[in-house]
Amino acid sequence: MADNTNSNEKQLYYRKKHKEEMKHHILTFAMMIAFTLIAFGLVIAEVSALFTIPIILVLAAVQVLFQLYYFMHMNQEGHEMPALMIYSGIFAALLTVLALATIVWW
Amino acid sequence: MSATARKAGFGAALWDYLTTVDHKKIGILYLVAGIFFFILGGLEAMLIRIQLISPNNEFISAQFYNEVLTMHGTTMIFLAAMPLIFALMNAVVPLQIGARDVAFPFVNSLGFWLFFFGGVMLNVSWFVTGAPDAGWTAYAPLSIFSEGHGVDFYAIGLQISGFGTLMGGINFIVTVVNMRAPGMTYMRMPLFTWTAFIASVLILFAFPALTVGLFMLTFDRLFGANFFDPAMGGNAIIWEHLFWIFGHPEVYILILPAFGVFSEVIPTFAKKRLFGYSSMVFATVLIAFLGFMVWAHHMFTVGLGPIANSIFAVATMAIAVPTGIKIFNWLFTLWGGSIRLTSPMVFALGFIPTFTIGGMTGVMLASAAADFQYHDSYFVVAHFHYVIVGGVVLGLFAGIIYWWPKMFGTMLNEKLNHWFFWLFFIGFHLTFFIQHFLGLMGMPRRYWKFLPDQGLDLFNLISTIGAFFMAVGTIVFLYNVIITQVKGVKVSGDPWDARTLEWAIPSPPPFYNFKQEPLVRGLDPLWIEKTEGNGKIQPATPLGDIHMPNNSFVPFMMSLGLFIAGFGVMFQGTYWVLAVIGFGITAGSMLYRSFKDDLGYHVHKEDLEDEKGDGSNG
Amino acid sequence: MADDMLKSDNLPQNPERASLEGRNKFMGFWFFLGGETVLFASLFGTYLALRNSPAEGPTASEIFGLELVFIMTIVLLTSSLTSVYAMYHMKNGDFKKMQLWLGITVALGFTFLGFEIYEFYHYVHGYHFGYTTSAFSSAFYTLVGFHGGHVAFGLAWIISLMIRNAKRGINLYNAPKFYIASLYWHFIDVVWVFIFTVVYLMGKVG
Repeated sequence: MADNTNSNEKQLYYRKKHKEEMKHHILTFAMMIAFTLIAFGLVIAEVSALFTIPIILVLAAVQVLFQLYYFMHMNQEGHEMPALMIYSGIFAALLTVLALATIVWW
Repeated sequence: MSATARKAGFGAALWDYLTTVDHKKIGILYLVAGIFFFILGGLEAMLIRIQLISPNNEFISAQFYNEVLTMHGTTMIFLAAMPLIFALMNAVVPLQIGARDVAFPFVNSLGFWLFFFGGVMLNVSWFVTGAPDAGWTAYAPLSIFSEGHGVDFYAIGLQISGFGTLMGGINFIVTVVNMRAPGMTYMRMPLFTWTAFIASVLILFAFPALTVGLFMLTFDRLFGANFFDPAMGGNAIIWEHLFWIFGHPEVYILILPAFGVFSEVIPTFAKKRLFGYSSMVFATVLIAFLGFMVWAHHMFTVGLGPIANSIFAVATMAIAVPTGIKIFNWLFTLWGGSIRLTSPMVFALGFIPTFTIGGMTGVMLASAAADFQYHDSYFVVAHFHYVIVGGVVLGLFAGIIYWWPKMFGTMLNEKLNHWFFWLFFIGFHLTFFIQHFLGLMGMPRRYWKFLPDQGLDLFNLISTIGAFFMAVGTIVFLYNVIITQVKGVKVSGDPWDARTLEWAIPSPPPFYNFKQEPLVRGLDPLWIEKTEGNGKIQPATPLGDIHMPNNSFVPFMMSLGLFIAGFGVMFQGTYWVLAVIGFGITAGSMLYRSFKDDLGYHVHKEDLEDEKGDGSNG
Repeated sequence: MADDMLKSDNLPQNPERASLEGRNKFMGFWFFLGGETVLFASLFGTYLALRNSPAEGPTASEIFGLELVFIMTIVLLTSSLTSVYAMYHMKNGDFKKMQLWLGITVALGFTFLGFEIYEFYHYVHGYHFGYTTSAFSSAFYTLVGFHGGHVAFGLAWIISLMIRNAKRGINLYNAPKFYIASLYWHFIDVVWVFIFTVVYLMGKVG
């Protein structure tokens, strides 16, 4: 393989980079816990349903984006096709949920 | 384990096919299974037409009629059209993009065996308590209250084959994304590869809805769940939605690859490059996109309300635009070309007007207000047979005949192919054109009998006569297949003087496809080399070792396990033991697969140099 | 070349995508998750259509308790973070630490599953809220049960990977397997975020 000092330097560089990423992950995790607390708090405090439901749905969506982009590394390069397919899946999913939640006879 | 070691004898050949992970052999397996189920579905169709040959006919009983009618639809869509499409995709897509194999050879084989056992399961129902009898759409609550185990066979059989289809779909998406040869950019991919790719994407997003719907149906029937039972708060409309959220993309899964076949056949035999290549790609993607938001046009009469009906009506009509783009592109490709009337080309020429008629009745049906008149009448039956037989089946046969030399190294008899086409084509129009009018006269679909002297007698008779023409045509095709394979006259690698990459290698191709990775210099790479080069594809890499996957019997066992387990889940009681055994076999096979490293093997450079032929045209 | 796949020193950056097989697995699994999105959307849609159809049985707000769900949520979220840690160590080539963090992930996963089984048991015996009670109960158990089934499958998957590779380090052959198992585990968490929001919180709000 390539000469050893070079690859060691590389290793050190990558380890530093990974550490940097890990910091983001911890931050993401903290935010996710915070969002969860807010969502549960709103429900426990019995804030009006008209206000609570949209807010907790938005909080859930943001949490999921955090998962996808940070924990699942969708923010890194080489994830263009995965992103395309996940968003296509979300599109089909939204249509499905929307239809089943609205036009089924009540 | 080397695939180069060819053992003689039937047993060895059988074992080879049971364990193969070679996409070309899996393509042949799909082809054989698909044609078998096509014949089965065709026989069911003949029973339907014979029953309806005259008013008040007693040829078959009402219950048996319902079973035959259900199985005709289910078999033709899931067990004939789907595998035949996968047959062509397996045989052609890796070759067209210059790949040595698909992305997941093991999963590819698993997909086939799951489909196969699912199909067998469905047809076992004939001998055990009777076949499913609730229509291929299995609408609740009829499907919930249908007696016997017919609908259970439907739900579990389709579940198993659906898993297989989903895996096959993912495999082809990844193959196209990751395995293209150097220079094969997305916008240089042949149209068949494009449509196979888009159809696979549709499979990925449409089949999960069917999976969920079938699970619910199974749970309702076998485990006392209440999804579709209104007495317990359930809602039968949910099934309709889930079924059509899957079902409408499904018809595009079927028709897009057929469009792809014609987009290969027409340029080859018009000796012109495809007119409007990029607009063809764009139209394919647009059809797929729109195809996901039109499903409720199957449900106009359910009572979803005028707003929902209007939205879905407009979206449905919008699909006519990209489809129209395609029709015109094919016509402009033909225009000014030097046309050779080979049999695939004749199929293509027959397809264009036939499919256009189907498309026009589609726009008629898309008009929600008018649909209340057409709904569940023979007008609908005529419409979807025009698009599915006139589009998908003609496309599949054109593709099978066109790529037959590539798959088997032999050439089907052209004269018999023309006979097949004309018998089938005339028979088709006799059978179904007249059904438009039967529908407009008020004859409902799926009825066992009709009464005399209501003006329906003659048209039904004509329709049945047409069906016999189609049957004779199919027999001619089968005869052609048999005599061609018995004679076994070998042809060259490029018998049609074609344009795309798969024709640059011998027929049938060596198991590693391309000795060296091909260098693609543009759209229609072989044609470019024929007109601007020396007629041979240039290699992109020096000759080296080729990595190949090992054969495996595990996919067969995994699928067999689910097949056995299905019976246990269905009959319960002491039969639960079957479920334990079946799921045990499947789980055990999965563990075996993950605990045994499968690194494949290498074909060595020296062995490749010894082999005859240079891997190019010849 | 085959031997290279099983060597565990001098691993490249992103070992999960360093080989063609790895890239294929990586892509294929992401696409599979796209399909799973639609699968769960169908279950969610059905649940939304049936959540107000309790027939004679109890309603959502009568049976759901938020304390247990909150604990389950925190447990699963934490397991998502621990599996990130495992992948962090994989990329650094530290096999022992990866196994350790995967072990913690598995433990948290079992905790979650235990709570879920307790919850179901509690509903069935405390409230007579069985699978066949009403359309609402069928939809609830099917949606949450599908998620629980995914958790169970994920656990079996990660455990068999850990056992199979216990005696050898990370290599190009198993790195993609670990990586996609961790993707799967994150996806389970993604689904749970919507379950606690749509099923439990919205069920409580009414």
